[in-house]
Amino acid sequence: ELHHFWGTRWQWRGWWHEGVEDDSVGESDIISTVEFNHTGELLATGDKGGRVVIFQREQESKNQPHRRGEYNVYSTFQSHEPEFDYLKSLEIEEKINKIRWLPQQNAAYFLLSTNDKTVKLWKVSERDKRPEGYNLKDEDGRLRDPSMITMLRVPVLRPMDLMVEATPRRVFANAHTYHINSISVNSDYETYMSADDLRINLWNFEITNQSFNIVDIKPANMEELTEVITAAEFHPHHCNTFVYSSSKGTIRLCDMRASALCDRHSKFFEEPEDPSNRSFFSEIISSISDVKFSHSGRYIMTRDYLTVKVWDLNMENRPIETYQVHDYLRSKLCSLYENDCIFDKFECVWNGSDSVIMTGSYNNFFRMFDRNTKRDVTLEASRENSKPRAILKPRKVCVGGKRRKDEISVDSLDFSKKILHTAWHPSENIIAVAATNNLYIFQDKVN
Amino acid sequence: MSEKLGTESRSEQTGDEKQDTQEKEAVVPERAEEVKLKAKYPNLGQKPGGSDFLMKRLQKGQKYFDSGDYNMAKAKMKNKQLPSAGPDKNLVTGDHIPTPQDLPQRKSSLVTSKLAG
Repeated sequence: ELHHFWGTRWQWRGWWHEGVEDDSVGESDIISTVEFNHTGELLATGDKGGRVVIFQREQESKNQPHRRGEYNVYSTFQSHEPEFDYLKSLEIEEKINKIRWLPQQNAAYFLLSTNDKTVKLWKVSERDKRPEGYNLKDEDGRLRDPSMITMLRVPVLRPMDLMVEATPRRVFANAHTYHINSISVNSDYETYMSADDLRINLWNFEITNQSFNIVDIKPANMEELTEVITAAEFHPHHCNTFVYSSSKGTIRLCDMRASALCDRHSKFFEEPEDPSNRSFFSEIISSISDVKFSHSGRYIMTRDYLTVKVWDLNMENRPIETYQVHDYLRSKLCSLYENDCIFDKFECVWNGSDSVIMTGSYNNFFRMFDRNTKRDVTLEASRENSKPRAILKPRKVCVGGKRRKDEISVDSLDFSKKILHTAWHPSENIIAVAATNNLYIFQDKVN
Repeated sequence: MSEKLGTESRSEQTGDEKQDTQEKEAVVPERAEEVKLKAKYPNLGQKPGGSDFLMKRLQKGQKYFDSGDYNMAKAKMKNKQLPSAGPDKNLVTGDHIPTPQDLPQRKSSLVTSKLAG
């Protein structure tokens, strides 16, 4: 029996997977970030092997209206390589932690990609013409003997098969002692920030050998360290405002007009804790793994281990909404601590109109919450359940008592199948869900 | 499931005012899980958010073979066997001496992503 959630049905439109059919997952194939560009025309993924794959939405054609806007591979390139810091005996992973697009200003596309230490600005451009008729070399590129040249000709541009090239235009290196967890493009389109565990730096896109440090929470004595920065983002419209979240479950909003070093926050968001709930796990599960401004700029959403919270920028003392993602895990915290799952960093996203929020869970489940109707749904991203044009069936976890036929019990959940990264198209109901090494794109079915 | 405003405290959710605090502790699943964990690891520190814990997070736990450390540790241990690497949440840098067998194989970077088909 199919269940329609708020009148939108989610349809399997396409997926790409790496690796062979026997489900053996190469470590480097694990998708580590997913991001739509500002128009939704492009979708970028980064993986543990340092590669970026960009998908482009097909133009809608009158001939094939049912193939409305499918995504196909547009460009793929190696963004980061593994490096070794000899001084500290540390291997620097090539894993792409975040990709952020710049708004399009000309024919080319620009994106920022970062690993733990280095941010790079990539230009992705199309070439559909090439020059022919050089004087000093022939069409194969071989040099011509100058003494044999008797006539001068003017090279002309001739059409060629479309080629998409990605070139690194800027490399922003050597500015982070600790591991970069976030990058965020400013609304001024001239600057961006990069945040690591203890510091946040402000960059100008044109300048790679300098960056301004705008937040530094490193204590003079490292033994006094009590919290680290977990995520950071610029306000979507106010270029002076940004937020950063911490491992203690707090969010600080900073105004760069107030001072050069924003160690003193303008606003401090923290929910008072119920002391009767305090346990060994409290601080760990309160650590915020992601923070995102709403498109309107009026709210921020945070993700901690068990919940998603929506905060009004005008109210610092508690969130205005709290959504339980998988509260049944509360009675599994001991084993989740032992297998390190309690440290998994889930992301969260807004839909284009800020009315629905989405985040991932385990067993390849992901959750959506409608802020207006207060209804929620659990869906699954899996090959077994996704046939072409099939509509996603809502899933349910059985928390106790009698398990119904299509429910799954908490003990049967596969904790190795985690959905940490999801993305929502900026204006349409199209979502991208990364499940380990698989990318799923779902779209609502319009009758 | 979804809640409209703020978070409800556990006591409101159970809704039974007759329970005394001892019973309430058992009902709170987090506390029960904590008891389980402490039973398994009696040496676990009281506060998980301490600087040791965060320092480990900052370093991401990567350790590399240092021949000096290794030889000194061997000399200290004399006939005893070096402790083998194992998962240890409260590892302090410097106490654990990696041996050549412990090192992860350094992976080579792959050229093409299969995601692109």
